[in-house]
Amino acid sequence: MPDILIDTRDLAVGYGGRPLISHIALQIRRGRIMTLIGPNGAGKSTILKSIIRQLKPVCGAVYLEGRDMARVTDAEAARRMSVVMTERIRPELMRCEDVAATGRYPYTGRLGILTEEDRRKVREAMELVHAQDLADRDFTEISDGQRQRVLLARALCQEPEVIVLDEPTSFLDIRHKLELLAILKDLVRRKNLAVVMSLHELDLAQKISDQVVCVEDGAIGRCGPPEEIFSGSYIMELFGAARGSFNPSFGSLELERVTGEPEVFVIGGGGSGIGVYRSLQRRGIPFAAGVLQENDLDLPVARALAVTVVTEQAFEPIGERAYAAAAALVDRCPRVICCTERFGPMNQANRRLAEYAQSKGKLTMESPVRRAGS
Amino acid sequence: MKKTRYSGAFAFLAAALLVLLIGNIHAGSVRLPVGEVLGILAAGPGGGGANGPILWNIRLPRILAAVILGGALSVSGFLLQTFFANPIAGPFVLGISSGAKLTVSLMMIFLLSRGIPASSMALIAAAFAGSLISMGFILVISRRVGQMSILVVCGVMIGYICSAVTDFLVTFADDSNIVNLHNWSLGSFSGISWDNVAVMAAVVGVTLALTFLQSKPIGAYQMGEVYARSVGVNIRAFRVVLILLSSVLSACVTAFAGPISFVGIAVPHLIKRLFGTAKPILMIPACFLGGGAFCLLCDLIARTAFAPTDLSISSVTAVFGAPVVIGMMISRKRERKV
Repeated sequence: MPDILIDTRDLAVGYGGRPLISHIALQIRRGRIMTLIGPNGAGKSTILKSIIRQLKPVCGAVYLEGRDMARVTDAEAARRMSVVMTERIRPELMRCEDVAATGRYPYTGRLGILTEEDRRKVREAMELVHAQDLADRDFTEISDGQRQRVLLARALCQEPEVIVLDEPTSFLDIRHKLELLAILKDLVRRKNLAVVMSLHELDLAQKISDQVVCVEDGAIGRCGPPEEIFSGSYIMELFGAARGSFNPSFGSLELERVTGEPEVFVIGGGGSGIGVYRSLQRRGIPFAAGVLQENDLDLPVARALAVTVVTEQAFEPIGERAYAAAAALVDRCPRVICCTERFGPMNQANRRLAEYAQSKGKLTMESPVRRAGS
Repeated sequence: MKKTRYSGAFAFLAAALLVLLIGNIHAGSVRLPVGEVLGILAAGPGGGGANGPILWNIRLPRILAAVILGGALSVSGFLLQTFFANPIAGPFVLGISSGAKLTVSLMMIFLLSRGIPASSMALIAAAFAGSLISMGFILVISRRVGQMSILVVCGVMIGYICSAVTDFLVTFADDSNIVNLHNWSLGSFSGISWDNVAVMAAVVGVTLALTFLQSKPIGAYQMGEVYARSVGVNIRAFRVVLILLSSVLSACVTAFAGPISFVGIAVPHLIKRLFGTAKPILMIPACFLGGGAFCLLCDLIARTAFAPTDLSISSVTAVFGAPVVIGMMISRKRERKV
């Protein structure tokens, strides 16, 4: 079996003969998840619709194992490719099992009557997505997350080699998002399926995808494994986002920093500062942070939100230069918040800094226990 | 468990149909006791004494027409509801029946004024053309507006326009035969001949068989166009087939019995509730039986309620059908809110 199942060559997609995105060259492989990310309206769905033949390519073509997809019959395409789309459907008086069973269409006879074999496959598909308990429920009466799983079961009933999903996590809460993606990952591994999908959630895209394709306005931007895509400031550029920041290591977003003369100096370290940084940002208070080693958990958030951050090299005790810089900031700021009560050999200078602030009557302790709300 | 429900529902429909058949044969301005009916039937056409012609020439054709056309109308409604994914779509509300009515009137006036009798096939052809023209309008509108309620309002408007033009034509056409035309344009199963019955049975029979063979793609289409396409339905061809089938069915009804309201919406709805499913492979035969029974009941009332005056069939179907439709819309509204 060739590794590449579907590829596109010099594909241009769009509506009414007008290309929206040109020069698309994608390789969809068995056993891999390819995710399209990019701003709304950039054309992720348009690409997916062209792959599933709902839209005719403006130019170029989609190939199924090297054959032009336009020449593949409807019946063959249906046996090899299935879809989960964003359109909400409200089928009348259909139980979940009936909905899943519609995926058997390419395999049933003239009148579409299910055989025992078909029924067994429908049950199997429902079990694979953990929806066997929903079989007799009315499809319109279950939750969005359950509905997506049933639609995935429907797609599996087609026994496809590739599944195309358009924003499958859109209406789901966090638990169902994770659940659906876990099922998908598991299916890919077990059945050697190829998966192409679009996702809104960058953090999830980063974690689940083998291949990420960035759809920019009018073109395909970067394309590669998530480790390459999610680095530096590229993601912010992709979305044309000027405000806030994206942390490539954790896939987390921070809002825009508050600028101005710092009013608070935050003594953090080891993750204790993050909550305070974010709360100051929310209240619109410009602040300075320190002293943090380059490998400190607090540093990425401090960098994203603080006006200025005093740092020390990684794995080094805080030295005199850093202390002096921080003390100068303490002098400038009317308030100092110390977030940590733990001082070891590496951050003795922060203890001195806190005592210095105390002597000036500026210190507030911010205990991590209280922040946890217990 | 499901199987029992389905066979039970079918048995109920068949029994209802049978009871209404007997009731329709029996009741009327001349009451025919069951014993006499059996005698007349045994004697064959032409025999059976004084009441023979009443049964053979008037009641039987009328009863058969009511069953065949009522069934055709319900199946046509079911197809349109699937096509537009809208439970209140039907040949009457979408103006398709009225379009057919207009072209049939034109055809009849044209032929009658030249003294040519209108053949059954010519009437069906005219009605079919009218149905397709109205359907064309509806399709153009549905492309422009996604909202189904607007589509239905447009359909009702098209219906009014066509009816107005028909009334105009009927009023000013000066021919004694126009009296028939007037009765027909209100909707009625009266005056149907055996020739008519033969033609409608053939046309409806063939169309129904073809529709039944389409139950697999119809079922796939109930999941929406995108999913239907993805399992291998040729959407373009399928849509054309569906429009043609539903138009032939409703055209056949209009050609012989004029426009009949609400059957196309109310019956499929009741049948779906009765069966607890919308699977086309069950719905197509069940809607046919249900539509037949419903129209027999309505025709029985139309004939006997104010005998010897016949009511128009539409006034009776509206009395029974409209509340069903209203109830359906209210219950759907409630479901959506939850």
